Amino acid sequence: MHTVKLLFFASLREALGRSEEIVEIPKGVNTVADLLSWQCQRNLKYQRAFSADKQIQAAINNQHVSSNALIIYADEIALFPPVTGG
Amino acid sequence: MAFFVQKKDFCVNHELAKLQEKSSNIGAIVTFTGCVRGSVNGQLLSEMFLEYYPGMTEAELERIENEATKLWSLQAIVIIHRYGKLQPGDRIVMVATASVDRCSAFEASQFIMDNVKKRATFWKKESFTNGESCWVDNREQDFRRLQR
Repeated sequence: MHTVKLLFFASLREALGRSEEIVEIPKGVNTVADLLSWQCQRNLKYQRAFSADKQIQAAINNQHVSSNALIIYADEIALFPPVTGG
Repeated sequence: MAFFVQKKDFCVNHELAKLQEKSSNIGAIVTFTGCVRGSVNGQLLSEMFLEYYPGMTEAELERIENEATKLWSLQAIVIIHRYGKLQPGDRIVMVATASVDRCSAFEASQFIMDNVKKRATFWKKESFTNGESCWVDNREQDFRRLQR
């Protein structure tokens, strides 16, 4: 297990009622996809916020990462809905 | 090459004057300015809130500028993107590209704006005069444009 700081933005931040959280990553959670499915299982609020249709994306070290990216060496992971700037 | 993520408004003419100071061999400048619309699907907008990810947003804008510089011969680029509370009619974003010839400036400005919309970590929330508010969905059309 290792400790990670999760950052939440926009509609995800509002749905969870927090902008960040420090969590212990359970064994077997190795990729971004694992992390997202684990969030879905935490409780009903997280399940709703992270449901597949929300298309939650991740960034590590200020870079977008794909769902198969490894999170085992990450200290901080940002999670957010698709961006809508411009 | 310059990019700014800021709360305050910007002056397009002032930014163009600064851009021209960067090179004595600019033959073309293309500018794009994005503004807050007055209505969305017939609903009157009262306010727009723009959230961003400090640190990553700047890093992504820098990467987009670097990519544009590799693809086109450019004398100068500036990207300005605002955050916070904005009103209908307010300027949101500005992109200006300067090059020797117009083709590079046109193409690079389109590439930069398309990628800002697809990759820069900003999120818009629209509030309407009827009291409703919602986070903006990403637009499928912007994704398709990038597939060209």
